[in-house]
Amino acid sequence: MSIDKEKIIHISKLARISIDSKKSDSLAKDLTSIFKFIEQLNEINTDKIEPLSSILNTPLRTREDKVDDGKIRDKILKNSPKKNEEFFVVPKVIE
Amino acid sequence: MSEIIKKNLSEIIELIKKKEIKSEELAQLYIDEANKSKKLNSFITTCFDNTIKKAKEFDKKPNSASLLPGIPLAVKDLFCTNGFRTTAGSKMLENFVPNYESTVTENLWKEGAILLGKLNCDEYAMGSSNETSYFGNVINPIAKNTVPGGSSGGSASALAANLTPATIGTDTGGSIRQPASFTGTVGLKPTYGLCSRWGIVAFASSLDQAGPMTKSVKDCAIMLEAMAGFDKKDSTSIDKKKENYSKNLKPNIKGLKIGIPKEYRVENMPKEIDELWNKGKSILKDLGANLIDITLPHTKYALPTYYIVAPAEASSNLARYDGVKYGYRSSQGKDLIGMYENTRSEGFGDEVKRRILIGTYVLSSGYYDAYYLKAQKVRQLIKKDFDENFAKVDAILTPSTPSSAFKIGEKTNDPISMYLNDIFTVPVNLAGLPAISVPAGLDKKGYPLGLQLIGKTLDEQNILNIAYAFEKNCNFNNEIKKWWL
Amino acid sequence: MNKVKFDYFIKGEKNQYEVIIGLEVHAQVSSNSKLFSGSATKFGAEPNSQVSLIDSAFPGMLPVINKECINQAIRTGLGLNAKINNDSVFDRKNYFYADLPQGYQISQYKDPIVGEGKVFLDMPYGSKEIGIERLHLEQDAGKSIHDIDPTNTYVDLNRSGIALMEIVSKPDLRSPEEVNAYIKKIRTIMRYLGTCDGNMQEGSLRADVNVSVRKVGDKKFGTRCEIKNVNSIKFMQMAIEFEAKRQVELLDEGKKIDQETRLFDTKKNETRSMRSKEDAHDYRYFPDPDLLPLKIDQKLIDDLKKSLPELPDDKKERFIRDYGLTPYEANVLVSEKEISSYYEEVAKLSDKKLAATWMMGDLFAMLNDKGLSISKSPISSKNFADLIKSIKSGEISGRIAKEVFEIMVESGDNPKKIIESKGMKQQSDPKELEKMINEILTKNKDKVDQYKSGKEKLFGFFVGQVMKLSGGKANPQLTNEILKKLLKG
Repeated sequence: MSIDKEKIIHISKLARISIDSKKSDSLAKDLTSIFKFIEQLNEINTDKIEPLSSILNTPLRTREDKVDDGKIRDKILKNSPKKNEEFFVVPKVIE
Repeated sequence: MSEIIKKNLSEIIELIKKKEIKSEELAQLYIDEANKSKKLNSFITTCFDNTIKKAKEFDKKPNSASLLPGIPLAVKDLFCTNGFRTTAGSKMLENFVPNYESTVTENLWKEGAILLGKLNCDEYAMGSSNETSYFGNVINPIAKNTVPGGSSGGSASALAANLTPATIGTDTGGSIRQPASFTGTVGLKPTYGLCSRWGIVAFASSLDQAGPMTKSVKDCAIMLEAMAGFDKKDSTSIDKKKENYSKNLKPNIKGLKIGIPKEYRVENMPKEIDELWNKGKSILKDLGANLIDITLPHTKYALPTYYIVAPAEASSNLARYDGVKYGYRSSQGKDLIGMYENTRSEGFGDEVKRRILIGTYVLSSGYYDAYYLKAQKVRQLIKKDFDENFAKVDAILTPSTPSSAFKIGEKTNDPISMYLNDIFTVPVNLAGLPAISVPAGLDKKGYPLGLQLIGKTLDEQNILNIAYAFEKNCNFNNEIKKWWL
Repeated sequence: MNKVKFDYFIKGEKNQYEVIIGLEVHAQVSSNSKLFSGSATKFGAEPNSQVSLIDSAFPGMLPVINKECINQAIRTGLGLNAKINNDSVFDRKNYFYADLPQGYQISQYKDPIVGEGKVFLDMPYGSKEIGIERLHLEQDAGKSIHDIDPTNTYVDLNRSGIALMEIVSKPDLRSPEEVNAYIKKIRTIMRYLGTCDGNMQEGSLRADVNVSVRKVGDKKFGTRCEIKNVNSIKFMQMAIEFEAKRQVELLDEGKKIDQETRLFDTKKNETRSMRSKEDAHDYRYFPDPDLLPLKIDQKLIDDLKKSLPELPDDKKERFIRDYGLTPYEANVLVSEKEISSYYEEVAKLSDKKLAATWMMGDLFAMLNDKGLSISKSPISSKNFADLIKSIKSGEISGRIAKEVFEIMVESGDNPKKIIESKGMKQQSDPKELEKMINEILTKNKDKVDQYKSGKEKLFGFFVGQVMKLSGGKANPQLTNEILKKLLKG
């Protein structure tokens, strides 16, 4: 699979990373070679193979329905680049 | 006195227990050494005032029953430390100060250890040379201009340069074992689920595992014992009793069956690596182990599989860095989406962005089956290879890396050649198995090389024992001249 | 029966169109703490006060699942007559939004906890089965507040990580009325089970509505539009009507319908395209590597099944069978668990049929007037039963009963006490009554003569006089009997 600039633009949008046009050329080149490498996998027939769902063979552990967290607003907001006493603050969302 | 820092962790612990040195004195020795060794760039953050304060507290009430009594330790900057900046080597978290402590570091402090500082690493642990860190590359103390390996490069460098008596790293595809091999130190990646991932900045959740990096196998056993343990806050943590790895450490490996996989002899591998591997085989044979030729047919597909699975998980794990709750936020961008795109573009480095894009692509609509699902099927095959062979052998011996430490900048322009560094370490992560890299010799440049012992699930004690026996009979001597002082 | 015919069609220029509706109901799971963290789930708390490091996605934080949320999903699945899957998987749904701190929502994509099921709706044209496609567990997002500040959006993560059940119906619904009945049915079932409080004002129940239209008789479905996040039944109905008409108009004009996500504007009563969602459709689902596959033992399912309360459909059957109620009465009385319990308490102590009539009449009207739920009723079930008993025994007449009822509402007193203290007891002593009636007949001799000569309409006049004289307390049946007897003589 060769990765062109257009694909780079599409996935960088999905990943919410702005990529300038100069960078997208070199990225396209890098990703093309990486995907060529990755596509060695096509040599193996995996039709009858179940995908690995987890490396551990144990069932999912659960916890009791207890309230033992929260009430730490100051801690939660402390590291935010923009906030007021109660909320995280972000630029307006345009719907 | 300054000779003390050259000693192994286990020896230093004895000195503390016998009250031959105080924790504060010990801490001061490491602080002095670190201050003299800034050229190596192994630290991102130091917290020496706090180290001294804590050491004094220890000296007032020394508890020698604990595993790491009053021992100052520097840790990889991927472990969140309460009140101390945690950057993951990224501009994104340049000013992030967690108000919580990772389970693994908390376990160390409970055993009496004291934080010295946070060690440099590849950005979000993505790299094999510690050249992707926002805080600059780390120098390998073995020689000027060489990389220490990655991503736990700062940990390996600091350990080899005696800036910390032991340390911890994380290993997603070889990030403990490869730098250990490059610096002549011991590094162990535990069974997936043995050490809690809670509070460690995530790279690839199904592969990440914290582990010890030490100067000796015994030290490694002590550190693993201190850091491992069930954690109910991590759904992938294995619920089992703590083991006494250090107490049970025995150099007797007579009769053990060691598998030698033919697929680990790869094209263009330097002759020295092959020779080293042969040396390892003969040492184990002389100690009474049986060598058995085995085949792990899907080995060559491990790296391509890894470069689908790890970026896929990373693309999602790193979505939380969006400039809202913590970390860097760009002032550019006219609305929310613009803020996101600029924040993530400016806050992440090139390698991280590259992997996020790979991961986004392999999960995206129309490509999921061809890449992600395919990779999880191949991962199953890789795991099966190991499962089948572990019915026949007790451990597997391979080289740790396909080369010794390389020059800074040597591979930065060719991602594939950089990725190939992890060719021997990655299969282990994909299969969730434990593996240890032990120093085994020097190449003709005098750079260290390691051998890897891969064990069965939760069979850490066994590979530690083999490594212990190997270490005693290998006579490896890490000749580091302190050229940077 | 069932004379009424289904008649919801949209008239186009040339054709009649049928409306095809499928719902994705998002129901908040009743639990103390969140799906993957120990933060509280209470409604109306201070902003960001019910948020943990996990809910706000700090580096290195990991999810651990709440057992009760799994049980609630299983109970709901059983209530929807659905298959519970022994193996299910939690996936990450990846997208960026200010109130989605992880940058992904933990949800279930390919392998949900609950598979196919069904519910039955009582429509005027008969019972209708609606298929359930699946039910899965997922995390709720936080809340973005756009209207405090003109240039910024404020983010409150209290809701972030609360457990939701997404219940996906098959495209079996055909009218806003059916949607109304379906939502109410699902809500009733969950409230019976105690798995969701169904409070739409507080956002505990919301739905995405999929609407398409096709010519009557066509077999193939048309292109559908999804109307996101509608939070009241009324709005759902309005949105469907608007959207169906819009689609029919487009088809009439020979235009194509774009498959898209739309928003219902409650101020303008119209749906419009959500442009911002356009490029966010590629959610890149994959199994969450922080969690393992969820395995549910058959034993757990069996145990939960055994502990389920009686569900509305079974209760309705029983009310019809044991209490002799009409299907309509039974339907109304099982619509809320609290109503059915109140009714059963009353029915146990008094006349079952009369109790139903009075509950559905005066009691409901009063509660409705006062805006009260039955659990807040000023009349206790015991007192209400006493009132029904007094009516049934003839102690008071229906008319007096209404007066007693009013006093009960105001005072909360027992009806016997009220009847006693106000002397409202019905006159049921035949001798007393006969004496009174004789008096009246003597006074109105002329009218008696007219009656006897054939003007039988005057019977009502005599009854009126009796009631007037007795202050309404004369037993009407007895009055009739005695009057007839005396007028004959």
